[in-house]
Amino acid sequence: MDNLRLLFDTPLLSVQLLIDGVLIGGVFALAALGMALVWGVMGIINVAQGELVMLGGYATFLLYKVGIHPLFGVPIAAALLFVLGWALYRSVVFRIIDKDLFISILATFGLSILLQQLANVFFGADVRTAESGLTTLVLFGSVTVYGIKLVAFGLALLTGAALLLFLKRSRMGQAIRATAQNARAARVMGVDTDRVYAWTFALNAAICGASGALVAMTWIVHPYLGLPYTLRSFMIVIVAGLGNVLGVLAAAVGLGVAENFAGFIFGAEYQAAFVFTLLVAILVFRRFRLARQRRYLA
Amino acid sequence: MLDCAIRKSVAAITSSLLLAAGAFAAGADDGDTVLLGAAVSLTGKYAVSGKNTKDGYDIAVRRINELGGVKIAGKTYQLKVVYYDDESTPARGAQLAERLISQDGVKFVLGAYSSGLTKAIAPVTEKYKVPHVEANGAAREFFTGQYRYLFGVLSTSDYYLRDAVTLAAEVAKAHGKDPKTVKIAMAYENDPFSLDVREGVVEAAKRYGMKILVDDKLPPEINDMAATLTKAKAVKADLLLVSGHEKGATLLVRQAAEMQVDVPMMATTHCDSAKIAENLAQKAEGVLCGSQWDRHLSYKDRWFGTADEYAQRFEKELGYPAPYQAAESSAAVLVFADAFARAGSLDPEKVRDAISSTDLMTMFAPIKFDSTGKNIAKQMVMYQVLNGAYRVVAPTKWAETKLVWPRKPQH
Repeated sequence: MDNLRLLFDTPLLSVQLLIDGVLIGGVFALAALGMALVWGVMGIINVAQGELVMLGGYATFLLYKVGIHPLFGVPIAAALLFVLGWALYRSVVFRIIDKDLFISILATFGLSILLQQLANVFFGADVRTAESGLTTLVLFGSVTVYGIKLVAFGLALLTGAALLLFLKRSRMGQAIRATAQNARAARVMGVDTDRVYAWTFALNAAICGASGALVAMTWIVHPYLGLPYTLRSFMIVIVAGLGNVLGVLAAAVGLGVAENFAGFIFGAEYQAAFVFTLLVAILVFRRFRLARQRRYLA
Repeated sequence: MLDCAIRKSVAAITSSLLLAAGAFAAGADDGDTVLLGAAVSLTGKYAVSGKNTKDGYDIAVRRINELGGVKIAGKTYQLKVVYYDDESTPARGAQLAERLISQDGVKFVLGAYSSGLTKAIAPVTEKYKVPHVEANGAAREFFTGQYRYLFGVLSTSDYYLRDAVTLAAEVAKAHGKDPKTVKIAMAYENDPFSLDVREGVVEAAKRYGMKILVDDKLPPEINDMAATLTKAKAVKADLLLVSGHEKGATLLVRQAAEMQVDVPMMATTHCDSAKIAENLAQKAEGVLCGSQWDRHLSYKDRWFGTADEYAQRFEKELGYPAPYQAAESSAAVLVFADAFARAGSLDPEKVRDAISSTDLMTMFAPIKFDSTGKNIAKQMVMYQVLNGAYRVVAPTKWAETKLVWPRKPQH
């Protein structure tokens, strides 16, 4: 409880934790947006989400190695991953559309292991970083905001907005939404759903790639970093629901903040445990609320 | 006609069986090769260190063979290592050790990487009474007398960061302060190795009466240390200690600089294998690293020459600077080579006895085992990253240069 007292004695610490949490929430939000998209439109839980993030990180690291500023890694990694996502759809993912959810989890789990090991073979298991060279802002004398985290958050908002616009306005976006609502009806209306699925999966990979680029600049990249990102995305999507871009952003930020405070108060070992306990609590609470509504209706 | 065919096929089967038997015997040790076996982590979370381990074994085996092999009772033998990838998982390591011994006929086992894997493999080598010289499992629990066939060439993990505490106490005294006033913030990955490192630090801190204000355990999939570092900054720690393999070292150095955590003394493990000075440049300046070995030590042996000559050879053959994980692994092979020669036999029991009476100087460290199999002749070293290079600052006897304190703020 010393940690709690520390928090009360120094209110600026809470500001620091809050800012850090909100900003890292942005990075989580990206991977989660992609997951929500694929899940909502294709009915697939993509367990290889974290591996796509990891590959985006490596793309950025490689660019950084040849002397390109890692910030350019964001669009380039996104473009590369878009192509990879398309290829993955055409080779593996199209086979599991309309199949049991369990099969999609198994198949993408296989993909995640494959991508991990390929990354290990090609890039080695060394821990990599890409230095953005951005400075740290200091607020109120002691609160630090690392530049790249700010950029990451901005980019996450931008991507979220772009995604919303794309889904609302563009032809492909409309087709994606139509397919998500009812794939069969969309097919009847002349939507090429196979193409829509390929687009959706590639788009997801591109978003993960951008998020990976930010991870490489903020934290570390290695072949086995995927799982935490997959789990976080999963949790965010569960809380926010499918087809709710703003909800995903809010849940991601909430998760980032909760994680940071839990890490501070209970210690790093309970950081993840706390978050998942929270998930269970939210699900149970929701169930009760739903049950109450049902009783009211009956 | 038929009779002839049957006779032919019987002959063919018998000869192929004989061939198979011959091949099996060759697996054990044929005319002039001694087989050693190792499960190392080539994939999974220990893949970096696992590769270092394998490279260390390989370079030593190559060097020994290059110098004519090992002379055992008047006959020279070449060494050869059979490897399997344990995928960084203990259960797999134990299976592979069984396989090495019972299927591949290996009678001498080189250790895996990490204490977790060593813990899984040691009971297997014990069961089959196979000598097991390990160089990468530093947990204290291995050396309490429960294993007769296990020998470790490295310092146990509780020594990794102990000297950082001692250094902090010395600095405090030199500045006219009581070591009791030193505030420690620390974080350790939740694995057997790092928890042992923690034990050593806790013991040392207790001896000096220092206060431990932050004591976090990092999850194995750690990828953000912001919460721990915020705490370290808030309590104004004088000494910040982290043990979390390469990930922990990289995150600590990177995030401490970005979050402006200006602790005057900061120490971690695995910073040479994480290449913090190379990758993070200025951010790593002044960080202290606990290490098993350094190329500037004045140790010397008859295979590689000095530690520095070993490091040069390693870099030439493998294309990257020698980390201590490789040097200690090479030393394990040297222990076997030395013991084979002294035992004058390839009988596992005789070799075990020869290993236990080892008194050998290697480029890694002097090696002499006590009755529990622990190397009691060796000391840890502590480096500091100064101007982008790792310089030995402790223990004072081997130090290249003086400790720079306090560490300059990195912003």
